[in-house]
Amino acid sequence: MRFELMYESFFEIIKGVPLTLEVVFLSTIFGLVLAVGVALMRVSKNKFFSNPAYYFIYTIRGTPLLLQLFFIYYGLAQFTFIRESFLWYVLESPLFCGILTLTLSTAAYSAEIIRGGMQSVSPGYIEAGSSMGMSKMLRLRKIILPITIRQALPAYGNELILMVKATSLISIVTLMEITGIARTIISKTYAPVEIFIVAGSIYLFINFVITRFIKYAEHKVNHGSI
Amino acid sequence: MLELITFGDTGWGDELLLGMIMTIMVSTSSLAFGLVIGTLFASFKLSNSLILRAIAEFYTTVVRGVPELLVIYLLFFGGGSAVMYIAKIFGYMGYIELSPFTIGTIAVGSISGAYSTEVIRGAILAVPKGQFEAAKTLGMKKSIMSLKIIFPQVARLALPGIGNVWQVTLKDTALISVTGLVEIMRQSKIAAGSTHEPFLFYTVAIFLYLFITSISYQFFNRAESKFSKGFVRESS
Amino acid sequence: MRIIKVFTTLLITLSLSSFALAGDWSKIRVGTEGAYEPWNYTNAAGELVGAELDLARDLCARMGADCEFVQQDWDGIIPALVQGKYDVIMAGMSITEERMKTISFSSAYMTEPAKMSTIKGSPLTTLSTAKNLNLDDDSAATKGTIGTLNAALKGLRLGVTAATIHEDFANTYLDVDLKIYPTQDEMNLDLSAGRIDAALSDSGTIEAYMGTPSGANVTFFGPNIFGGLLGEGVGAGIRQGDSDLKAMFDKAIAEAAADGTISRISMQYFGKDLAP
Repeated sequence: MRFELMYESFFEIIKGVPLTLEVVFLSTIFGLVLAVGVALMRVSKNKFFSNPAYYFIYTIRGTPLLLQLFFIYYGLAQFTFIRESFLWYVLESPLFCGILTLTLSTAAYSAEIIRGGMQSVSPGYIEAGSSMGMSKMLRLRKIILPITIRQALPAYGNELILMVKATSLISIVTLMEITGIARTIISKTYAPVEIFIVAGSIYLFINFVITRFIKYAEHKVNHGSI
Repeated sequence: MLELITFGDTGWGDELLLGMIMTIMVSTSSLAFGLVIGTLFASFKLSNSLILRAIAEFYTTVVRGVPELLVIYLLFFGGGSAVMYIAKIFGYMGYIELSPFTIGTIAVGSISGAYSTEVIRGAILAVPKGQFEAAKTLGMKKSIMSLKIIFPQVARLALPGIGNVWQVTLKDTALISVTGLVEIMRQSKIAAGSTHEPFLFYTVAIFLYLFITSISYQFFNRAESKFSKGFVRESS
Repeated sequence: MRIIKVFTTLLITLSLSSFALAGDWSKIRVGTEGAYEPWNYTNAAGELVGAELDLARDLCARMGADCEFVQQDWDGIIPALVQGKYDVIMAGMSITEERMKTISFSSAYMTEPAKMSTIKGSPLTTLSTAKNLNLDDDSAATKGTIGTLNAALKGLRLGVTAATIHEDFANTYLDVDLKIYPTQDEMNLDLSAGRIDAALSDSGTIEAYMGTPSGANVTFFGPNIFGGLLGEGVGAGIRQGDSDLKAMFDKAIAEAAADGTISRISMQYFGKDLAP
């Protein structure tokens, strides 16, 4: 073990943290919005809505993220008509391709989590709400949403950690986040084990903070009011 | 364009098919390896020993908190040296090569094992306490009890969870492509690079993965109904 | 049940480790990347082919050894040699002082300057510079050419492949938005797609790409770049301890250069003579 090298490279690799967090943050926000839409479509009784949602979730969950990234980044860029369309504003940038891929991925997984949460709201509660004269909006805010969130939060916490880990793949499309910087250092020092241990520890720390935060949120949801 | 995915020496069809077989094989052996260490660490987690529990906790936390790609890289670069280091202790000075398949199985299996640990632990805890007590009352030996009473129930209870672990494992094998194992991901990448037709080959790869997914989905459904035969749920 | 039997047998075969002892050169394992046309690449039959594969077979025959090829991704190609996964690297690798800190090299078997490329119609194509940029030459003219390149590329996205002499060159001499790719193939695709404004690589591999339909819109610009940190040509990478193997390679390469074998292979794959 070359400890001095590990110490020095730590300060290099840490420079990738902002990009990692930026990608996680943006994809999670976009992904959550999309997920709510997909989940609502998925539970719809109208096949016109539920079928596309079903196939979207099936495809994303059934294929590796790395493949999705390559498909979006290299596969779509192959066509001149895409390069000449408005889509190219997004697809030209490796950063946007990375965010797009992770957004679609987390949307599919989160949609299933949200669906599970929604289905845990028993019809009795909703009936009780309406017999008390609650409006549809009020029922959503006071009954459906709190129960859904409470049910979905632990699983969603896991999803956040999966997202942090997934960002390591975007180094393959030239983005210099934690793993990207680590690989660059390795190509000069030939010390993969040492450098990857440093990078791994940084991920572990980020995920530790997220786990704590989710535990705190769960505590709040279960004991407070939202 | 489609002549590129024909079989034979001019098309990539046969190579992609071999890639798919490799994906299925390495996923299966990784899942199996993961189930073995999953069972081991699940029993660690449920043991009375603080040290064993700490070891198991450390393993699942680290493996689940570090990106899969890094775990694979670490084992890929570090695994060979570790084996050679051990061999040196025994006096063997040459080079021992672990095949990419072995490294892939160990790497993805270790990741898969962390998820299996939780699934198996949950399943063991879900076996009603009365079952253990009844077996004891009947004067069963501990080994017989494990084999005849606990194992069948744990297998049944863990099956849906293992189905999920399988899906995760299958997808994680795409990352072994970085170690040189020619499975679906790497083969389609080689083909895309060589022909400059990434769209075609990545689309084919997506369908190959979805094909495996749907087959295994049916397999697990059947297995679940087979294992649940004659079983009446206690609640509801 | 038969399928399970076949499956298990396959699994066992696949996981078997291979053993090899150092010091006996009747069999030489050659590590190559297989994604660097025309030096070394993978064909539709899934086989490794290319100029270096042909050359390696020829050299092995001269040394009375059997060649065995091992594929290895570029980013791990030096560590895997050091670890002993194979005995020689033949993967379009230039002989540089930087790499000689870790491994040693045979004498060069081919030389090829580095060159920049861009898309046809790009303003960069009109850039006029000296024909050659020799980094060993410390004159004002060299500095002037680097200055011209830098001014033209300022703020633009330049692609290089990771851990190459080209990455070193860009880091040392240029002030650009550097994009680093794992393989040449991926960089080629992004150059054609317009995700990078220019690419720096060895000229032979880009020429091969220009000959394909998707690379038809790519063209060269700027000087031939060589010398200095770009190294002394492409050679076979060998572990530092294996000086006997290095001597064998040096002798075989000298013979292959003298009898025109290298020129013939190079004409076949590059359409020009790269013999040292």
